[in-house]
Amino acid sequence: MWTFLHKLASPPHFFSYAKGLIPWFAWPGYALLIYGSFAGLFLAPMDYQQKDAYRIIYLHVPAAYLSMMAYVIMAVAGGIGLIWRMKLAHAVAASAAPIGASFTFLALATGSIWGRPMWGTWWEWGDPRLMSELILLFLYIGYMALRGAIDDTAKADKASAVLALVGAVNIPVIHFSVEWWSSLHQGPTLVRAGGPAMDTSMLYPLLAMILGATLVFVSLLLRRVRSEVLQREQRTRWVKALVLSPKGGR
Amino acid sequence: MNGAAGQLPGLLVCLRATLQRELLLVLRRPGDMLNPLFFFAMVCTLFPLAMGPSEEQLAFAAPGVLWVAALLAMLLSLNSLFLSDHADGSLEQLLASPQPLVVLALGKTVAHWLTSGLPLVLLSPALAMAFRLPAGTIWVLMSALTLGTVSLSLLGSVGAALTVGLHRGTALLSLLILPLAMPVLIFGARTVSLSAAGDTYSMGLFALAAYAVGALSLAPFATAAALRISNE
Amino acid sequence: MSNTLSAHKLTLVRGERCLFKGLNFALGSGELLLLEGRNGSGKTSLLKAIIGLLELETGEFQWNGMPVRSQRQEFLSASVWMAHRVGMKPDLTASENLSFESTLRPLNNCDIEEALERLGVLRLKKLPLRSLSAGQQRRVGLARMLIARATLWLMDEPFTNLDREGRDLLTGIISDHIEAGGLCVLAAHQDVAVDVPTQRILLE
Repeated sequence: MWTFLHKLASPPHFFSYAKGLIPWFAWPGYALLIYGSFAGLFLAPMDYQQKDAYRIIYLHVPAAYLSMMAYVIMAVAGGIGLIWRMKLAHAVAASAAPIGASFTFLALATGSIWGRPMWGTWWEWGDPRLMSELILLFLYIGYMALRGAIDDTAKADKASAVLALVGAVNIPVIHFSVEWWSSLHQGPTLVRAGGPAMDTSMLYPLLAMILGATLVFVSLLLRRVRSEVLQREQRTRWVKALVLSPKGGR
Repeated sequence: MNGAAGQLPGLLVCLRATLQRELLLVLRRPGDMLNPLFFFAMVCTLFPLAMGPSEEQLAFAAPGVLWVAALLAMLLSLNSLFLSDHADGSLEQLLASPQPLVVLALGKTVAHWLTSGLPLVLLSPALAMAFRLPAGTIWVLMSALTLGTVSLSLLGSVGAALTVGLHRGTALLSLLILPLAMPVLIFGARTVSLSAAGDTYSMGLFALAAYAVGALSLAPFATAAALRISNE
Repeated sequence: MSNTLSAHKLTLVRGERCLFKGLNFALGSGELLLLEGRNGSGKTSLLKAIIGLLELETGEFQWNGMPVRSQRQEFLSASVWMAHRVGMKPDLTASENLSFESTLRPLNNCDIEEALERLGVLRLKKLPLRSLSAGQQRRVGLARMLIARATLWLMDEPFTNLDREGRDLLTGIISDHIEAGGLCVLAAHQDVAVDVPTQRILLE
């Protein structure tokens, strides 16, 4: 069992099997995204309260969900890397950060676009979810800034893992504090989409989008981890052999 | 002297010695303690200048202004927490000692609070009165600031330990710590403004206390781990 | 009681550079290990790895036949490290620095005044370290070794900044320590004339 896991986590081994895994995540993921966006934009009925504006949830909800998911992956991978000194885990954490930050940005952008017709403003300060996403974006920025500031990769891995863990412990507290903060002032109270009384013709495309986006996320992550591994191991024998082989590493 | 010869001195002995050393150092260089304090007072003065002297507006903005200024002043002082120890090599000696690093990190953090958090708390009533906060709110402000600055010292020590020895560490420290410090700011400033408005504020104080307890039990370990990593 | 420090198949990588690979040594009570090599050859890194400041890529140290990793506190209690820098606060006096240091590890019977006396800096004990010359600061730093009840001394270029008299004094102190059954790992780029059983490692 342990030797199997050990082999699974060895960089050269990972590099070769991850390549085979990517299409298994990417193709179903893109297919689901295409179905979800078509069904969400054209087949699902209009919301009687929000009109067509609600349709942005098909982008917003998966992005918001993945923005947090990526942070959790980053923190867990960092923790594994710290405790078991697994190099691959650090490569995963390093690769998850920019993807997570992009999804966070997407969630903020779509939330803001949604807010324009709903609240009549691009940025509603009183909305706790947007505020939490913004703080999450700041956390990602801090994480990537710390990584960028440390030249030695091994040191950057460990330091940023500590930061990600501290951040992960703080995220629920941040969420709670922002909820409390916004509950104190009488902001616009609109029922956000995604409530329990959602028609199945609206819900299925959303579920398809969430699942599809997750699969695409995994394929993107694998792709990034592969190139990260290649860069980190550039001095090793297996990478040199790979580059010199007739296929040129592809 | 410190216990019997040949035995590792106890944790409390070591904690007390660390505190004593840090306080003595501040006594030798009082500027390290006073500069953040002056900074706090000056930032608070900036707001009336920028917003105009309307008493009503100032009293309304006061909790936020005082808290933001306190947060920035703490950040300013955190930068030097491990900097001189790193520069003169004494940090490496602490890492090479058999005493648990957590205890040494805790000692340094407590000393940091005593020399930067506590002075802010003590200065705050004067500023609160200048901002025309109601008299009954002042003790709320002081207790919220006490709990909040304790959390900030602890949280900040992790950031300071992560960035020690890096070029451009100051700006980086702010980037790392500010998002993490937002709950403290929210609870702290909100508690004071609720109290000033005559509403119930106990919830905010409880949250601040809970945060401080959580930070006290977790942050020193993260700081110790970060110090080891930064010194590799 | 006799002590041993041994190293097994050490590999240490700093950044992109491999400093040494498969390094072994075994040091017993009453022995001196001299680390030699030019600047940047990894003498300081090896000392830092022994004291646990640097993580080894592979291999391990053993103290009295047991892995150091499994008994870090005991090992550190038995060791004291004289780094390239003195590692004391310039704003504090010699006695303030040393009385803080005395809470960091088990103590010898030698108290601070005696140690300073032996190193010839007792009259400077009330002055802040920053007002002392580099050689005097180093002497104060060496007092750390005398007050600690440590069997393993790790020294990084201890003769730097010392005058002839200081070097003789330090040579005497080191040989006393080793003759009393202590161990010493010493990194130096010049030859050290200590008349004790000596092993040498030349780092490339």
